[in-house]
Amino acid sequence: MNETVLWQETIQPGASWSHVLKRGTALRMTDLEGGANVGGIFYNFECPTERYNMPDTLKAQHIARLTTGFVLYSDMGRILLSVIGDTVGWHDPIGGTSNRKMVESNYGPSSYQQDRNGYHKNGRDGFLVELGKWGLGPRDLVANVNLFSRVDVSDDGTMSFAPENSKAGDLIDLRAEMNVLAILNTCQHPLDPNPKYEPKAVQVSIRSVAAATLDDPCRVSRPENGRGFTLTERYFL
Amino acid sequence: MSATMTTGRNLVESKLYPAAAIYRHVINAGDPWIYEIKKGQYFRIVDLHGNQAVDTLFYNAHDYSDRYSAQDTIQQQHNIYLTTGTKLMSTEGTVLLTIVADTCGRHDTLGGACANESNMVRYAIEKRYMHACRSSFLKAVIEWDHGMSKRDITSNINFFMNVPVTPEGKLTFDDGISEPGKYVEMRAEIDVLALISNCPQLNNPCNAYNPTPVEVLIWTAEL
Repeated sequence: MNETVLWQETIQPGASWSHVLKRGTALRMTDLEGGANVGGIFYNFECPTERYNMPDTLKAQHIARLTTGFVLYSDMGRILLSVIGDTVGWHDPIGGTSNRKMVESNYGPSSYQQDRNGYHKNGRDGFLVELGKWGLGPRDLVANVNLFSRVDVSDDGTMSFAPENSKAGDLIDLRAEMNVLAILNTCQHPLDPNPKYEPKAVQVSIRSVAAATLDDPCRVSRPENGRGFTLTERYFL
Repeated sequence: MSATMTTGRNLVESKLYPAAAIYRHVINAGDPWIYEIKKGQYFRIVDLHGNQAVDTLFYNAHDYSDRYSAQDTIQQQHNIYLTTGTKLMSTEGTVLLTIVADTCGRHDTLGGACANESNMVRYAIEKRYMHACRSSFLKAVIEWDHGMSKRDITSNINFFMNVPVTPEGKLTFDDGISEPGKYVEMRAEIDVLALISNCPQLNNPCNAYNPTPVEVLIWTAEL
């Protein structure tokens, strides 16, 4: 993706962030140090009751991981985002997010009074505060993705966090197929066994990109995705 | 965090007799059902004919924004399958219900519910007009008339469905492991609202292309 960077920013460790990704742009996220995690939930900005749907994303593509060629579906049969580039190979769509109680139990007590802006953040509160800025709330909190993280599932269903999944400089490119409200935070993965509070910074950059062509890898990767693109394109007609 | 239950099928029979239930209802194939279950009550779903997908959501009966969370549920037990011992968690970290008996042994919470729109993607655009779970969910919450809407329809449980994840990160829809008469039973840990769509899906083999009725039963708190 060589298109001009329109703007870029570094999301601080443990921070939350939001932006309306315009159709025709792509969001690149870069893991600056290695071991980053980006929790994300995505909405149709024009009608936020249409939002990222974990089961529809998984079952349309028969996947429990995200990488190049796969897409993120809304609950309305449309594609919010396409993964058009990825150097990691596995991003987790099932592990969920952390909460206040978990973060306190994992990393010990922390408060603004004691730690000022270094106080320990958690994913759930990060999502809720960022959703609140757009007039959304707990009823809009749905299953999230965890970019840069990997959760393996064994035969008996046991979930395990894969350490060192993402290295310094690894990146993922998400092309916006609709005008997408992206709600992100850089809190640690809920299954990360690291005993220390060590969330990582992530660089985000926005570029203009061409629309998906007829032979776009995300469109042709599965017949389901071909229909998903058709339904998404019809929305704008 | 500790993994309290990490094994697969945890087959446990209930000691409760259907004749002693305070409520019994057969949910016809393709129909929704919505009902309040009180704290301490036991709630059983019986797969009357085998391998019927029972798409189920739960809510804190006093705050519907505090609702079943598939991700919190699998995360707290470090296992994607629901069976005896599984605590059904809410978005607020509340235990809504605990599975106390299970003669099927494995239930899915990653596959979600069918919808007109997801059927269009998965099968064919012409499938839009087939009856689907998320329409049943919507109809039920509208008729419930307590201010619920599409925002309240979140990722559900599929009781009696077998949806394994492979080491390569593939999601597979395996043959069912349920049979006629298999059941799952839960104890409500708080007052909950239960919402079921007895799945009308005709496009995949999960229910042998033949949706069938299921029975729900409720017992009072004391055994």
